[in-house]
Amino acid sequence: MDRGTWKVKAGLAQMLKGGVIMDVVTPDHAKIAEEAGACAVMALERVPADIRAAGGVARMADPEVILAIMETVTIPVMAKARIGHFVEAQVLESMGVDYVDESEVLTPADEDNHIWKHDFKVPFVCGCRDLGEALRRLAEGAAMIRTKGEAGTGDIVEAVRHMRAVMGSIRKIKGMSGDELMAEAKALGAPLELMQQVRRLGRLPVVNFAAGGVATPADAALMMQLGADGVFVGSGIFKSKDPAPRARAIVKAVTYYKDPQMVAEASRGLGEAMPGLDVKTLSEESLLATRGW
Amino acid sequence: MTGNGTRVGVLALQGAFAEHLKALKRLKLSGVEVRRAADLEGLSGLIIPGGESTTIGRLMADMGLRGPILRRVAEGMAVMGTCAGMILLAGKTFDYPLEPLGLMDITVRRNAFGRQVDSFETSVTIAALGATPFPAVFIRAPYIEKAGTGVEALGRLSDGRLVAAREGKLLALAFHPELTRDTRCHALFVGML
Repeated sequence: MDRGTWKVKAGLAQMLKGGVIMDVVTPDHAKIAEEAGACAVMALERVPADIRAAGGVARMADPEVILAIMETVTIPVMAKARIGHFVEAQVLESMGVDYVDESEVLTPADEDNHIWKHDFKVPFVCGCRDLGEALRRLAEGAAMIRTKGEAGTGDIVEAVRHMRAVMGSIRKIKGMSGDELMAEAKALGAPLELMQQVRRLGRLPVVNFAAGGVATPADAALMMQLGADGVFVGSGIFKSKDPAPRARAIVKAVTYYKDPQMVAEASRGLGEAMPGLDVKTLSEESLLATRGW
Repeated sequence: MTGNGTRVGVLALQGAFAEHLKALKRLKLSGVEVRRAADLEGLSGLIIPGGESTTIGRLMADMGLRGPILRRVAEGMAVMGTCAGMILLAGKTFDYPLEPLGLMDITVRRNAFGRQVDSFETSVTIAALGATPFPAVFIRAPYIEKAGTGVEALGRLSDGRLVAAREGKLLALAFHPELTRDTRCHALFVGML
């Protein structure tokens, strides 16, 4: 019996595909998410919109909060560690968390190095803005990728930008010759072997979710049509007026993302979405997506 | 019997349905994605993939798929369930908050090996697949705690836990044949159509 192999790490992400992973801060939230059909939850002390509002240093959640959520639901529970904070990741692994998100939503612990994720049995998901960043994280051992988007804003524009960057690069390199691919690898700062693998597969070798700004069923379906394998919803659910129906609606929109009638039906009468923040009005220092490289 | 007109569907509500479609393609069968009741018509077989069993079960109920699946099975449609799919096939479950389809006389324990850090790969000897053991991937996997007399035990772990079983035209696997290139489980299922 081999535990913590690449196949079981990347395989869990494959089982999450076509699903919605929801940020939750209490066991009650987690229960609502599970009952709405979430395929996993992200256990946090605060959702990104509140982290953004609170300012200061954002760290790994209190283990007490995470354990209470793990005891409440039967679906996988993820938790966030700061970029480069491998001890927070060790703590989460020791607690039996199912996936660690090395996340720019928390304040980075290391501005030069991300966690060397091959050292862990627990799988990691990491954010990216383009193909180069995705492949650097993969090279470090991430078993799942997500766009960074701009968390806590309810503005989908950055998630779209990042997903288009990743998918556009993949389409571009599919037709490249070896020498062109080497030049592209240099330009993207990506390991050549992984570039070759992407060219061969015509996609990332791991599951790629959308994250950072999803607030409505239509946002979720948009990301799916752009090529996402599934969707993370952070503040979008529990910062909205009526979380449970919105959560169910986003789950439906992800399954039936190619069917506008179903997305329309799912979107009806949900009440107010989370209050949004136009990313263009944010100062450079308050952007989360620029954390990490 | 397989041949022209053999149609196999893969329940595409959530989970690793694309991987199952790929496995069918390797066997020169084109699978169809099943998201609505109408997609079930004319299918000889249905695969319920790995994924999150609560998500799949919830959508199945919400979208009115339960009744039509049960009706098609009564009409002779074969079903293979892998991991989450096995939970849905069960007659009785532990640790599953929804009602399974209740098609097989098996009692299934969900997340039976622990959390993700306890997920594992191992080889399982399944006589129905030949002498070469099957490379089995278990991810937050269930197993069959009890099986009725009409259920044929196909494969066990070395500690004796039952992880593969067949009952008539129904096939339940606790692991993920869709995550390996070995198509013998899919071929076994296609042989049952």
